[in-house]
Amino acid sequence: MTLFGRKTAAAPRTGGGNGVDPARVIHFTFDGVRYPAHPGDTLASALLANGQRLAGRSFKYHRPRGILSAGPEEPNALVELRTGARREPNSRATVTEVYDGLVACSQNRWPSLRMDALGVNGLFSPIFTAGFYYKTFMWPAPFWEKVYEPLIRRAAGLGRAADEADPDLYEKATTFCDVLVVGSGPAGLAAALAAGRSGARVVLCEQDSVTGGRLRAERGELDGVPGWQWARQAMDSLRQMPEVRIMTRTCVFGAYDGGTYGALERVADHVAMPAAGQPRQRLWRIVAGRCIVASGGIERPMVFVGNDRPGIMLAGAVRTYINRFGVVPGRRAVIYTNNDDGLRTATDLAHAGAVVAAIVDTRATQTARATQVARETGAKLFTGGAIAATYGRLGVQAAAIRDRSGRVQHIACDLIAMSGGWNPELSLTTHHGAKPSYNAALCAFVPTTFPPGMQAAGVANGAFTTAACLREGAEQGQAAAAACGFAADLPALPAADAESYGIESLQPLPRDRSVKDGKAFIDFQNDVTARDVRLAAQEGFRSVEHLKRYTTLGMATDQGKTANVNGIVQLAQQTGRDIASTGTTMFRPPVQPVAIGAIAGAHTGTHFKPTRLTPTHEWARQQGAAFTANGLWQRAQWFAQPGESHWRDTVNREVRTVRTAVGFCDVTTLGKIDIQGPDAATFLERLYVNAWRKLPVGRARYGLMLREDGFVFDDGTTARLGPQHYVMTTTTAHAGAVMQHMELCHQWLWPELDVHFISVTDEWAQFAIAGPRARDVLRHVVDPDFDLSHEAFGYMGAAEVTICGGQAARLFRLSFSGELAFELAVPARYGDALARLLMKVGAPYGIAPYGTEALGVMRIEKGHPAGPELNGQTTAHDLGMGRMLSGKKDFIGRAMAARPALTDASRPTLVGLRPVSPSDELVAGSHLLPRGAEATGAHDQGWISSAAWSPTLDGWIALGFLSDGPARHGETVMVHNPLAGSVVAATVGPPVFLDPEGARLHV
Amino acid sequence: MRLNCPCCGPRGVEEFTYRGDATLRRPAPDAAAPDWVDYVYLRDNPAGWHRELWYHGAGCHAWLVVTRDTRTHEIADVARAVDIARHGRENTGS
Repeated sequence: MTLFGRKTAAAPRTGGGNGVDPARVIHFTFDGVRYPAHPGDTLASALLANGQRLAGRSFKYHRPRGILSAGPEEPNALVELRTGARREPNSRATVTEVYDGLVACSQNRWPSLRMDALGVNGLFSPIFTAGFYYKTFMWPAPFWEKVYEPLIRRAAGLGRAADEADPDLYEKATTFCDVLVVGSGPAGLAAALAAGRSGARVVLCEQDSVTGGRLRAERGELDGVPGWQWARQAMDSLRQMPEVRIMTRTCVFGAYDGGTYGALERVADHVAMPAAGQPRQRLWRIVAGRCIVASGGIERPMVFVGNDRPGIMLAGAVRTYINRFGVVPGRRAVIYTNNDDGLRTATDLAHAGAVVAAIVDTRATQTARATQVARETGAKLFTGGAIAATYGRLGVQAAAIRDRSGRVQHIACDLIAMSGGWNPELSLTTHHGAKPSYNAALCAFVPTTFPPGMQAAGVANGAFTTAACLREGAEQGQAAAAACGFAADLPALPAADAESYGIESLQPLPRDRSVKDGKAFIDFQNDVTARDVRLAAQEGFRSVEHLKRYTTLGMATDQGKTANVNGIVQLAQQTGRDIASTGTTMFRPPVQPVAIGAIAGAHTGTHFKPTRLTPTHEWARQQGAAFTANGLWQRAQWFAQPGESHWRDTVNREVRTVRTAVGFCDVTTLGKIDIQGPDAATFLERLYVNAWRKLPVGRARYGLMLREDGFVFDDGTTARLGPQHYVMTTTTAHAGAVMQHMELCHQWLWPELDVHFISVTDEWAQFAIAGPRARDVLRHVVDPDFDLSHEAFGYMGAAEVTICGGQAARLFRLSFSGELAFELAVPARYGDALARLLMKVGAPYGIAPYGTEALGVMRIEKGHPAGPELNGQTTAHDLGMGRMLSGKKDFIGRAMAARPALTDASRPTLVGLRPVSPSDELVAGSHLLPRGAEATGAHDQGWISSAAWSPTLDGWIALGFLSDGPARHGETVMVHNPLAGSVVAATVGPPVFLDPEGARLHV
Repeated sequence: MRLNCPCCGPRGVEEFTYRGDATLRRPAPDAAAPDWVDYVYLRDNPAGWHRELWYHGAGCHAWLVVTRDTRTHEIADVARAVDIARHGRENTGS
């Protein structure tokens, strides 16, 4: 035999191929070797064209594997594409378009594809049977982590992910249409033509780079022209229709609720590098009134011993390589089929100049078609025969064929084209949980129930002739458009092949004693054999879902597209059931693998969530501010000055400036809600725990909100600007949640209240101006007709004022710092100017901006609760605000807050803490223990929520929650920091460290 | 999933926030503790039709009462919560 084992076999190119441009030559490398290809080639067709049958090693046994299919169902030929940061593992060679300079590598082999050291796994194969992992690695438990898993990880697994961040762009887009057509074979084209001519908006998605589907893979004619030419004409017609959008390289991977479909467009996978600004992939959300699934079919392999050698391919794929790519995958072929479709491959091979050595037809009766094809191709016909085994180390070299009398003869071949019949590619139809049903006449599972708005047409719907595909597609397209309100006649359809493909039954692997038992693969990607399925069934895994989990059949990147039905056939036989009652596993999205990068889209890094900037952001940046994230907001954390070497020096200086002179801080981020209406006060009464009716116009009040379960939700101040007009502030963190809560209360609980409100957070820039000189500074800002004196505008005053000679503003006498302080709000567009003005007019008084750190230190000095105290687990009682709860009115949380457990004195309650030894640092998160108690959970009596170095008190201070706290002022407790392993003593006291009488406020 | 907002028309589910059971009724302020516990904590988890509150936060800010089959995500009705709260409470099954 001169053919075999030689890479120098004559060039397999026919010079034809309806999908390639033979006039142009491009180059790619595979495992470092440079090969020529033509534009239009896939990596698979180009490898076959170069005589490279070996494409990878199998997952478990490291068996040599070639190219099985010509489409997205490929289980074997998975490769790594590109290099460096763009390296992408587990790419299917059958859908990878070759471009000039493409670099591809085989996977799962060491040191090389031809010489794989781990091929030795094949020798141990008797132990790698069904449930191997479950059985072998159960015991001893620690061995799993330390020994088994690292070992398995090194030996198995497929490709390697890139080590660097993905440099490419991904984006998301949404489109709407009346009719979505999935697939552009005869059924899809007919559907799009029928729907398109009605004027309906049609989106036609084709996962391949070219349209036409199987029409490109066959030599059959439509109306006397080759099918692919008819497809081209149909595309020309569709392009004339302004409401039809054609999307190639776009796989519809999921059917979601409400007519929403997910699709992945491979925008730039077929070029060396995306153009500047061009995404590599685009994730589409397509909202469609109707959807027609015309996704065609996937051919089943035959199950026989040695059916996985390179050179053993699906018969339909062989026709694709010949007719679309102009590549003959072998020179001497054996056909193994249970239907007439396999015979077409014999005809096409002979037509392309290959020798068809034998046709093995498992059907018991010799058909006229088989007789004719055997005669025309000169093939030896084995009716009722079977392939008993195959031979060839790195690729098939011969088949052992058992004829119907049981006699085995060996026939040399370098290609076995197998056809076990076709499965409708119906995945999309099952995404809402529908199970397809088995049609015994078609020997296939077909869709019977569909998600709302979906239909299937053509092979996907069990219509297995070209004529039926065209007719069904056109009818479905017309009906779908009509359902969306668009009417049109059916388009004229071409004459086409209408003969059934003669499949009679699906047979499991025969138990054959004449041939030494070997591996007959069902799932190529997971190395699951017919024996594994038998074994699993014997061990009681009778359900297809259990079989899948136990053997891994149908898992991984191909999701068993070529394997599932063969597995079911095998399981049905083993368990004595028919195929219909054995059933299928559940298909879930995605139909094809979707990169996480595409799902993330642009939402990576700093784009993961939006950033909100305060009106003074640019000004603060110019001041050299450090920024910190507060929810979505970026806030100035501190403003370092020259000579300050540590952030704490800066914060200490900012605190001292406020305590001794004047400082200002942008507090725009606080939520602001404008509330108006006759029932505004009633509404506030029900939202807050405390009373609001008697708040006079021109005054503000602190308010506390609970959730309905009685725990604290939020706090803030609300000012009354007019008889029916209030403006509420919320914490920065809860601004959105409070707004949503208020909407619910108003629309759902108390729709009778005549009140309206709107978020004005973004409308107003707001500044805290704090310190003994705050009033002096404001006198330069607020127009002089407004009396700023303490007598006229006292603590908690609120007023609408004008500044800078007539600009409307709002002024509140609020203090978070404990100093004489104001909050001044101006329209957001003046925020930057106001910051600059405050710096200028405040300079004589020593003004300085301060950030969130100094704000935090000062509020801890004053014992004001903030985020760490309002953590969703504390009650008003815990915060020492139990007395605020009004007994005279209904409010959210009132009933549940009264539960005894929520007011129990032993609950951890807000206290202040100072270290006994001034040098000891207090750290938030530390646990509080009784003195002398061991640091165990049983002795835990609370925690520190906030801690700071107080420059005012020259020492560490902390707020915390301590069991029965108010009764324990003066006691010493132990502060245990489990992270540092430290324990320090601290003295318990009231939470207000500075000016408990509020003397600094009332000046 | 898509919801047909009575104010805004059909919109993607990402514009909405789910809250939960729309058949719950806030007890009277002086109701017994068990009523409040039922209201705050206890929820049915029906396999089938469910009336539930959704918030159109990225749209009109309306709270909506959506009638949805939890098994299929089929939406039978979307109504403004305020309309049901004002007029339709007696028909909501509680």
